[in-house]
Amino acid sequence: MGTLLEVKNLSTHFDTEYGVIKAVDRVDLTIDEGDTLGVVGESGCGKTVLALSIMRLIPSPGKVSSGSVLFNGVDLLKLDVEEMRRIRGKDISMVFQEPMTSLNPVLRIGDQITEIIRLHMGLRRREATNHAMETLSLVGMPSPEKIIKNYPHQLSGGMRQRVMIAMAICCGPKLMLADEPTTALDVTIQAQILELLRRLKKETGASVMLITHDLGVIAQAAEHVAVVYTGQVVEYASVESLFARPLHPYTVGLMESIPKIDAVSGRDEYLKAISGTVPSLHNLPQGCTFQDRCPHTMQICREEEPQLWEHLPAHKVHCWLYKPK
Amino acid sequence: MKTVLVDIQKIKKYYEVRAGIFAQERAPVKAVDGVSLKIYRGETLGLVGESGCGKSTLARLIMRLDVPTEGSIYFEDEDIFKLSGKDLKAYRKKVQIIFQDPYASLNPRRTAGSTIGEPLIINETYDREEMSSEVARIMDIVGLTKEQRDRYPHEFSGGQRQRIGIARAIILKPELIVADEPVSALDVSIQAQILNLLKDLQKEFNLTYMFISHDLSVVRHVSDRIAVMHFGKLVELADNEELYERPLHPYTIELLSAVPVPDPGKKSRRWLMQEGEITGTTDGWGKCPFYPRCATKIEMCDEDQPQLKDRGGGHFVACHREGI
Repeated sequence: MGTLLEVKNLSTHFDTEYGVIKAVDRVDLTIDEGDTLGVVGESGCGKTVLALSIMRLIPSPGKVSSGSVLFNGVDLLKLDVEEMRRIRGKDISMVFQEPMTSLNPVLRIGDQITEIIRLHMGLRRREATNHAMETLSLVGMPSPEKIIKNYPHQLSGGMRQRVMIAMAICCGPKLMLADEPTTALDVTIQAQILELLRRLKKETGASVMLITHDLGVIAQAAEHVAVVYTGQVVEYASVESLFARPLHPYTVGLMESIPKIDAVSGRDEYLKAISGTVPSLHNLPQGCTFQDRCPHTMQICREEEPQLWEHLPAHKVHCWLYKPK
Repeated sequence: MKTVLVDIQKIKKYYEVRAGIFAQERAPVKAVDGVSLKIYRGETLGLVGESGCGKSTLARLIMRLDVPTEGSIYFEDEDIFKLSGKDLKAYRKKVQIIFQDPYASLNPRRTAGSTIGEPLIINETYDREEMSSEVARIMDIVGLTKEQRDRYPHEFSGGQRQRIGIARAIILKPELIVADEPVSALDVSIQAQILNLLKDLQKEFNLTYMFISHDLSVVRHVSDRIAVMHFGKLVELADNEELYERPLHPYTIELLSAVPVPDPGKKSRRWLMQEGEITGTTDGWGKCPFYPRCATKIEMCDEDQPQLKDRGGGHFVACHREGI
C-alpha cells in the first residue's frame, strides 16, 4: 500500500506576548492508504493543533514555521489558498469533538451537508439532496428524508456526531482527521460511532487520523499509534507493538495509570500515577521535556534532547534509554 | 458488622415541563423514579449510568439540594427532608460533595485558602489562627503546598483544582462524600493521582463514598458495590466482582461490552450494536424502560415494568427474565 500522507519535520509555533509556544515541534508522521493512525496524548499536548496544521486552519497568532505535509506527494503547505480550499472538505475532511458547537444551529442538517456537496462535487440542489440522504443512510441514520429537515438541536449527541461524519465522508475523502470524535458521547454511543468509522473505512478505503486521549479507543480502532507529549512524537509504533512493548516512560506511565476494567478487583491497589504535571509550553526544560516526571531520568536527559530512535523494527522512541550503541 | 449510613427509600423526583403556546403542562420528566438503595458506613458505592439517567439528581437529593416528589432518605435513621434549623446545619456538615468540573466549581475571585477555609467559618467557631493552621493541615493532606494558599484558581492546573475541591469537602470531617464524576474532566495521568488520594482519605478519615461516574473502569477500580441506573431507575445492584464477572441485566451487559479495552489483542468483550437511541421519557408505557433497545426481550416486558429483585447474595436485578 502506498503512502497517503507524509508529515515531515512539522513545527507550528504560536507567537504570544509571553514568548514563542511550540505547540507542534518537529513532528514526523506517515499514514498509509487505508490505514488508521491513532494520535494519543493528554490535553494541551498539541494533538488538535497538529490536525489543524495539516488542514492549514491554524488561527493567528499561530503559524506553521517549518516542515512539509505531503499529501499524495503534493506539499499542502505550498498550495495557494484556492487550491487548498478545493482539497479541504473533499480529499481531506475533519470530524470535530463537540458535535453541538461544530454544527450551525440555525441551518437545517440538509442545508449544511448539501453546501459541501454542491461546492465540491458541483451537483445541483436536487442531486445534492439525494446524495446527502444517501450519505446519511450510510452512517446509519434512520429516515434521512426527515433528518435533513431537522435542526441540530433536534438531534441527540450520537445523531449529531453521525451528521458530522456524514459531512466528512460525503465527498469521498481520502483522509479523515477525527479529533476526539467520541469523547463527548456515552460509552454505548461511542461503541456505535467507532464501529461506524471502522465500517466506513473498510467500505470507502479512506485513511483515518484518529486523535484521542483514550488508550482504549486507540487499541480498538487504530493500526499505528503516535504518542504525543509537549508537541513532540515520543513514541511511534504499530498498535500491537506499542501495547506489547511500550518503551517510552511516558507511554508506560499512561498505560499503568488507567484502571483496568477486566482486572481482578483492585480495591486495595493503588494506581501507578505519573507524578507531577505536564510542563508549561512557555518554559520547557532543556533536554527531554519529560525529565521532571520520569522515573529513569539521567544526567544526559537534562542536557540534551533525545532523537526518535528506531529501537525495535518500525517502533521508534524518543528517549535516551534507547540510544543505539 | 455493616451498618447502614444512608437509606434511600422509593425516592422520586419529577420535573414538570411546560412547553408550547401558553406553556401547557406536559408529562413530567421522571429524573429519579422510585430508587431504593442503602449505603453502608465505610464503603464506596459506585453509581454508573449514561448521561441523563438521573445520577446527579439522585446526588442532589442526598445532599438535600433538592426536595423529592415522593419518598424519603434516612441518614443515621433520621429523615433528612424533615430536618431544619440546627439539625439541618449539622447534616450539611456530615455530607459533602465533590463536583465534576474543577474549573466551574471554584469561585475565580477567591484564593485557594479562602475557598478551603470557608466551611469552617460557616460551621465552626474558629479563631483566625486555628483556622489558618487547619487550612494548612488539610492542604498538606491533599497534596497542596502552603505557598499555594494565596493563589487564585486560574493559577492551578485541573488536578490541583480538584485537590482544592477535595480539601474543601473534607475540612469539616464529613461522614459521607458524594463524588459526582470527580475525575472525568482530568487527564488519565492526573486521574490516577486523584483516585489514589481519594483512597488514602477514605482510609484515614473512615469516609463513606458515593462515587458517581460514567467510566466503568474507574468505578470498577474504586467501588465495593455498584448500582447501575437507567432512565431514573436502578436496574442492577451488586458487589463489584459479581457485577463485572456476572452482569445480569441486558443494559449492564451492553454498557460493559461497549467499553473499549486498552489491549489490541482483545477486541472489546463484545460490541453489541443495538441501534436503538435513547429517547424522551418512558411515561405511560407501563413496560420495561429498556424494552426498545433490549436484545433479549420477552412478551411480558411489553406489559409490565420489572421491579428490582434479589437474585441471591445481594445481587439485585430489575428484569422479567427468569434464571438470568
